[in-house]
Amino acid sequence: MTPQLEIIITACIVSTACVIPGVFLILRRVALMSDAISHAILMGIVIMFFIVKDLHSPLLMIGAVATGILTVLLTEWIIQSKRLKEDAAIGLVFPVFFSIGVILISRYAGNIHLDQDAVLLGEIAFAPFNRFLFLGRDLGPVAMWSMGAILVMNLGLLLLFYKELKLATFDKALAATVGFSPVLLYYGLMTTVSITAVGAFDAVGSILVVALMITPPSTAYLLTDRLSRMIVLSVLIGIASAVSGYVMASLLDASIAGSIATMTGAAFLIALFFSPKQGLLTTYLRSKHQKTDFASKMLLVQLMVHEDQQEDFETTVTHMVHHMDWSIKFSKKIARYSVEKGYITRNQDQLFLTPLGREVARAAIVH
Amino acid sequence: MTPPAVAVKDLTLAYRDTPVLWDIDITIPQGVLLAIVGPNGAGKTTLIKAILGLLKPAAGKVEILGKPYQQQIKKVGYVPQRGTVDWDFPTDALDVVLMGRYGHLGWFKRPGKKDYALALDALDRVGMADFASRQISQLSGGQQQRIFLARALVQDAQIYFMDEPFVGVDAATEKAIVTLLKELRKQGKTVIVVHHDLQTLKEYFDWALLLNVHQIAIGPVEEVITSDNLRKAYGGRSAFFVS
Ligand SMILES: Nc1ncnc2c1ncn2[C@@H]1O[C@H](COP(=O)(O)OP(=O)(O)O)[C@@H](O)[C@H]1O
Ligand SMILES: [Mg+2]
Repeated sequence: MTPQLEIIITACIVSTACVIPGVFLILRRVALMSDAISHAILMGIVIMFFIVKDLHSPLLMIGAVATGILTVLLTEWIIQSKRLKEDAAIGLVFPVFFSIGVILISRYAGNIHLDQDAVLLGEIAFAPFNRFLFLGRDLGPVAMWSMGAILVMNLGLLLLFYKELKLATFDKALAATVGFSPVLLYYGLMTTVSITAVGAFDAVGSILVVALMITPPSTAYLLTDRLSRMIVLSVLIGIASAVSGYVMASLLDASIAGSIATMTGAAFLIALFFSPKQGLLTTYLRSKHQKTDFASKMLLVQLMVHEDQQEDFETTVTHMVHHMDWSIKFSKKIARYSVEKGYITRNQDQLFLTPLGREVARAAIVH
Repeated sequence: MTPPAVAVKDLTLAYRDTPVLWDIDITIPQGVLLAIVGPNGAGKTTLIKAILGLLKPAAGKVEILGKPYQQQIKKVGYVPQRGTVDWDFPTDALDVVLMGRYGHLGWFKRPGKKDYALALDALDRVGMADFASRQISQLSGGQQQRIFLARALVQDAQIYFMDEPFVGVDAATEKAIVTLLKELRKQGKTVIVVHHDLQTLKEYFDWALLLNVHQIAIGPVEEVITSDNLRKAYGGRSAFFVS
């Protein structure tokens, strides 16, 4: 495998591992939690490092995951006891943890490889340098394997607890009354988020972890209204962002993590405008079309009324301008639309209802 | 002797230091259609949640059919207030109704053919058969309430708890719900409904619990809804409801 391919595959694995718990964060409206956890874990890593004095000890990861869960616990406690809103409570907790981490690093660990930039941005380009050797054989980058393990775990948990997660996310009270503890499921989810964030930040940095957890699921949310499709779409969007981000980074010689994050954002913007369900452009076009259609029906009704009174001098485009208080341009547009629809025929300036047009006019009055 | 559907003994519940339910002591026999009535903030929702173990009381005990709730999970159906869930959740009506089967399935098991059949049947019973694959945000308030009811039906319970099922629904839905409630009672089920329209109380229900932090009265509707009791529950405000 070439290093390039290794980077792309690792990025795709990281992305898929992140979007799976991300979907449920979005639906629970606690997207900010991914931000909180992925920043707070810095403190856990640093404190663990001071205890074990070894940058490669797995205890560092355990400390990090523990801090992630502590963040959730503390946030929940503040919400419960101080009746603060979720986002306010999240905003209170994680900056403190993150700052403690940063201060500890800058004060006491200046000379070791643990700097804030690496934590925030990571460097997936270096992933291929750290090889996973097993029985003397080179099996590829460590990040690919560690994130692969996390991905398998996330997929397994999703398949195992799909129904329970869905119920606890949609209706906490029903979940609790039928015996699926929402608290247990929530902390399970948050533990998964912590483990994924800890595993991924080393490879891609915490900013990209947050972008991958939040943005592809948000994009998918705009595009579908079934949970299962939302998950599949999130995975696909995440992978597409990872691949296209990598390509963009190599073309521009820019940061890979930054480029991938940008691509997730671009995908979101595209969905925001073009989503067939609720895209801005779609809604705009639909309301515009509705306006045209409504105006056309008004015209048909007018024509029908005048037809009954046999005042054919009324039924000219010029008269529409007057009678309906429309602009000339709009009147022409509506006339053209009505002709295209087969509601009217046009003889020079005169407009005549077709049988279809008469029917539509009648239906419009009845409604 | 058959145990009562619900027995609440000396229940007191507080949010922090404000008591919301004070020394509630009620016995609801099986097979009644009971309305819980009381002003806003009287603790009606809280009482249901306490009975279902969703809230921890400061004191007191609850039994469902003679046993603690945890042993009776499958015998209870619950319809929360419609506003408590996110109707923009990506799912359709049928899927929401299927959620009523999850309790019977237990952990890990997915709904099977039989569960789908039950869900479709329940949709039909509430007049929503044509809306099975409709995204839930595209349902009217009345239709959403019917979906919730169908979901409770597939729970196939002995005792149903419904929190304000009549709020924000159209007249047709209200009628459909009442018919359904009476059907359930005819099948011997116990139905407990938070209700706040005193005028329809006698027509819809046979028992009532009048509540305002304290329990004011419980029993057959005519015995409970006296002007004296209503004054105790609502203060002077409700005198005109009693004709
Ligand atoms: N989570 C909560 N924390 C604190 N107070 C609450 C909470 N939920 C409800 N309350 C208070 O408890 C009282 C009873 O509420 P509730 O049971 O919802 O009343 P009802 O359903 O009869 O309108 C109200 O005064 C309400 O403000
Ligand atoms: Mg209530």
